[in-house]
Amino acid sequence: MCDTCGCNITDGNRYLLEGDGKLARTESGREAVQVLEGLLSENDHVAAHNREHFDRHGVLAINLMSSPGSGKTRLLEETITALGDELRIAVVEGDLETENDAQRIRDKGVNAVQITTGTACHLDAHMVHGALHAVDLDDVDILFIENVGNLVCPASFDLGQHRNVTLLSVTEGDDKPAKYPVIFRAADLVLISKADLLPVLDDFSPSKAEGHLRQLASAAPLIALSAKSGVGLDDWLAWLREAREAVAAKVADGATVRPAIQPEGQQLHAHPHHHAHTHD
Amino acid sequence: MHELAVCQGLMRQIELLAQREQAECITAIRLSIGPLSGVEPQLLADAFPIASAGSIAEGATLEVESQPIRVRCLTCGAESDATMNKLVCGSCGDFRTQLLSGDELLLTSVELERRQHA
Repeated sequence: MCDTCGCNITDGNRYLLEGDGKLARTESGREAVQVLEGLLSENDHVAAHNREHFDRHGVLAINLMSSPGSGKTRLLEETITALGDELRIAVVEGDLETENDAQRIRDKGVNAVQITTGTACHLDAHMVHGALHAVDLDDVDILFIENVGNLVCPASFDLGQHRNVTLLSVTEGDDKPAKYPVIFRAADLVLISKADLLPVLDDFSPSKAEGHLRQLASAAPLIALSAKSGVGLDDWLAWLREAREAVAAKVADGATVRPAIQPEGQQLHAHPHHHAHTHD
Repeated sequence: MHELAVCQGLMRQIELLAQREQAECITAIRLSIGPLSGVEPQLLADAFPIASAGSIAEGATLEVESQPIRVRCLTCGAESDATMNKLVCGSCGDFRTQLLSGDELLLTSVELERRQHA
């Protein structure tokens, strides 16, 4: 997907660019105006704005996605305990209802902003932008955005994050990447959570889960961890520190980092834009 | 079910475009939606009359084109068809592939009638 307007032009759909030019007349005398904008261009525009905020303040923004109950909040609690003295953390919580998760995070002494979406099944860039007004980014090193528990909708909306982390708990089954390819394809890291239960849930095979992930042409690493027992937590913390350094290095170069589905869109984005941009 | 939210975003894009192009009405909207975009074309089509009611695009036809899922192998260079949950090379089986098409979520074109200037 293109960095500026989200118009995801690739080799496969490039032919759409060719044809009758910007204006073509149909038989009925109407004009057909070629647009070629991403269908979520308004969301993507706000997402880019959020990302600029994060970059300017040196904040690493992580979007946590998973089914409900796979342990996102518990993982955040343990991450805050482990990293609290080293890095300043803030959390944006997305849920349909209640402040329960935000309260759990606040009990750890960390700023948490709750977004209650009502019946909406995902967070979008506008919601996150609104929540950022309640966060002083100068006081934050890592911002976690805990998305609404859902393996479908959150994958479609860029929030301005740098990295996507998708949790798969061992109680859910190791074939989830095959069943929900869109969200797992979007993951920069897959965490196999509740790994302390693996001895009793011996029908969950981490290597099968990895196999299903590779079938999606994803090179994302997998870490099996348990926030409860602490196993694998060090690997997760090391990944976070690395991600923070990688984003900081990019920003120092005047660039930014987007969740890497595939970098292809950016490489292929050497096409001329036919459509006017209406950035404010 | 996020298709209504996607459709509402589309309507805001359409309103901006209509202003820019000085359109009096929008008669057709063409989208390109790949299976890997995470958006279900039929649900979007169902949401469209709700999202467009009372707008400049009310009554417009919504045409959704789907792109096939195609990958290019980074190891052997072959291009092949792929499926939603099997994006590996169809020739050598390597998982290091690049998606060529199939994740589009694009507003490709709009058919409109312009305001007549007196």
